[in-house]
Amino acid sequence: MHSTSTPSPVSALSAISTKHSIWGTSIRFTILTTVLVGLGYPLLVTGIAATLFHDKAAGSLVYKDGRKDGQIIGSELLAQSFISDQYFHPRPSAAGNGYDATSSGGSNLAQSNKALVDRIQGSIDKLQQENPGKPVPIDLVTTSGSGLDPDITPDAAAFQIPRVAKARGLSEDRIRQLIDEHTTGRQIGLLGEPRVNVLDLNLALDSLSK
Amino acid sequence: MSANGWLQFALYSLILLATVRPVGAYLARVFEGQHTWLDPVLGPLERLIYKLCGVNAKEEMNWREYAFAMLGFSAVSMLATYGIERLQAHLPWNPQALAGVGPDLAWNTAASFTTNTNWQFYTPETTMSYLTQMAALATHNFFSAAVGIVTAIALIRGIKRTTAGTIGNFWVDATRSLLYVLIPASIVYALLLVAQGVPQNLSAYVAAHTIEGQTQTIGQGPVASQEAIKMLGTNGGGFFNANSAHPYENPTPVSNFLQILSIFIIPAGLTYTLGRMTGSPGHGWAVLAAMFILFAAGFTTIYWAESQPHPLIHGAAQARTATAPGGNMEGKEVRNGIAESALFATITTDASCGAVNGVHDSFTPLGGMVVLTNIMLGEVVFGGVGAGMYGILIFVVLSVFIAGLMVGRTPEYLGKKIESYDVKMSMLYVLIFPLIILTLTAVFVLSPTIGLPALSNQGPHGLTEILYAFTSATGNNGSAFAGLNASVNPTTLWWYDVAMGWAMLGGRFLMAIPVFALAGNLAMKKSVPPSPGTFPVDGSLFTVLLIGVILILGALTFFPALSLGPILEHLLLKAGQVF
Repeated sequence: MHSTSTPSPVSALSAISTKHSIWGTSIRFTILTTVLVGLGYPLLVTGIAATLFHDKAAGSLVYKDGRKDGQIIGSELLAQSFISDQYFHPRPSAAGNGYDATSSGGSNLAQSNKALVDRIQGSIDKLQQENPGKPVPIDLVTTSGSGLDPDITPDAAAFQIPRVAKARGLSEDRIRQLIDEHTTGRQIGLLGEPRVNVLDLNLALDSLSK
Repeated sequence: MSANGWLQFALYSLILLATVRPVGAYLARVFEGQHTWLDPVLGPLERLIYKLCGVNAKEEMNWREYAFAMLGFSAVSMLATYGIERLQAHLPWNPQALAGVGPDLAWNTAASFTTNTNWQFYTPETTMSYLTQMAALATHNFFSAAVGIVTAIALIRGIKRTTAGTIGNFWVDATRSLLYVLIPASIVYALLLVAQGVPQNLSAYVAAHTIEGQTQTIGQGPVASQEAIKMLGTNGGGFFNANSAHPYENPTPVSNFLQILSIFIIPAGLTYTLGRMTGSPGHGWAVLAAMFILFAAGFTTIYWAESQPHPLIHGAAQARTATAPGGNMEGKEVRNGIAESALFATITTDASCGAVNGVHDSFTPLGGMVVLTNIMLGEVVFGGVGAGMYGILIFVVLSVFIAGLMVGRTPEYLGKKIESYDVKMSMLYVLIFPLIILTLTAVFVLSPTIGLPALSNQGPHGLTEILYAFTSATGNNGSAFAGLNASVNPTTLWWYDVAMGWAMLGGRFLMAIPVFALAGNLAMKKSVPPSPGTFPVDGSLFTVLLIGVILILGALTFFPALSLGPILEHLLLKAGQVF
């Protein structure tokens, strides 16, 4: 054993009484750094962001007919509910009562939870009626982590073509072409997965019909 | 699994490893008080802070003074957070007119953010005002990261110094880590996130009228600034409830890539700082190698598990195609798919980050087991900023000790004799962790009135939900099997709020004190020259031993609990049993 005195809890406690200045310094340091990183930093970033990336900093909002003074119809980044046969449908949502952007979240159901298996199987059986015999892409019957996933896979878009084509009286090929035009590939050709933004696609469908 | 998925992993690994040396060398400069290129701008600000706080920057502290300064600062800043939460209704930047936060939730949240845990028993978008998010919560993302870094630096100084009574000055180290590392990096990073689509504003929530004529209220706020330090400081507390799964927090694969890179960048760099500051670069690389091997093993397992189809679902296309990831997509986002979700989950639990880009509760039983195990191993696989470094150094001391036992001589570590006191402090660190986790889990699992009502999944998965909660709290991770819903009734909520608050504080501060004691004790020792009998702490033999010690300690401690939770769930699910 080495001979230096080993620190004991008792001597450690005595350090409290001899170091009154710790509290004074702590209080002053907390106030100063809170102003610096709690106000200065976010306000600086807000200012720069508003100048350089105005629309993105404001939440990538989408306006009716693309007019900035018009009504806001949603955000390009967030899923919204579509139930009509004329539109492509997003993935099911567990956010609040569905697509609630103030209550984001997933189902939190375990793989071994009967409620999850029943829910997914129920959705599959329902969807197969509109496209008999074709397996349902799994993303179309599972809830996302946020409940606000704006995207579906190109497979999930292709699955919905017969329904949308029939409801709109358009050819399936025309719609397939539209999906191709609105498919985003992997970023820098490598990252993430290919995807179709549902709001974007549905807006394109509407402008096609006009 | 796909070639593309593995390419993403390879690209991530290459970029991460390329940052280790420059980041680590820069950190060493900052904490050795050397000149940096930011000095002309930040030097005057640094001196002003010392002046206003009454800090003598030249004065060094012994380990007790250092520890008490850290505890004092944490206590005061925690109290400030509690106060702002309670009073937010009367403070500015509250466009949604949110009410003050209740006492037990405010306590839990203050403990959570002070300890770098960022467990969230609330839905931020309907609970916390913009001011609370910025000045009460995001501030702790900076503070707790700084505290983690300086604790690691103090320990590294203890290893390096000989016959010294001091290990540095807490106020100087904390100030320098904020000014020279965390703040400038966060500014640049936050703007990169805005460029990818993360909002940054102080506007009221937007009422959108959707195409099908519904109303959708869309939360806004200073998201990017909080997101940057949330990842860089391995904090993990989301601006929104869905955390980094929310498209506003993490809108693109590139933002996702930046986020996982920023979790590991400081912890990985610190391995080089260790090698550089102790004058043993080979040791730093050997520690990095051990971390990287455990990281790659974790990712491989989770990626494989999450790519598997659900055995009980029929009529769905669950196999991978060129244009769909297949696999287990419940709780995952399409833009991330399986590979980026598995990578994120591995990294966030290897580190003490706890941000999530998918729902861990909905992972396959084995995928969920690996994320839980990552936390149980002590978050030493890169780990939290600083916390990962001092955590793995504890395992290094134990490895050297065990190697010494094997050959029957007093172990040495970088010229320091490892003696009884050092091993006791290391064991204290290692034992406090499972003691808190397993005790509290046992109490809550056995209690039908306070523990079990919170469960949203039954069977073995229910046990895992509670085990995960206390592991995450004590490990200061903050990710959740979020089906655990404590707010089902006030009694359950109160018990979880209070118990987890104490678990987080214990997991942070009770475990940090032995680290400071070890640092102080090592600093006082004389250096002994290496002899032929000295066990080398660089090279592959040491890496293998270190991995072995980490895995054996973790397995011996937690395997029984894991076998009753995720392992049993996996076997039952394979046999067709659901709950």
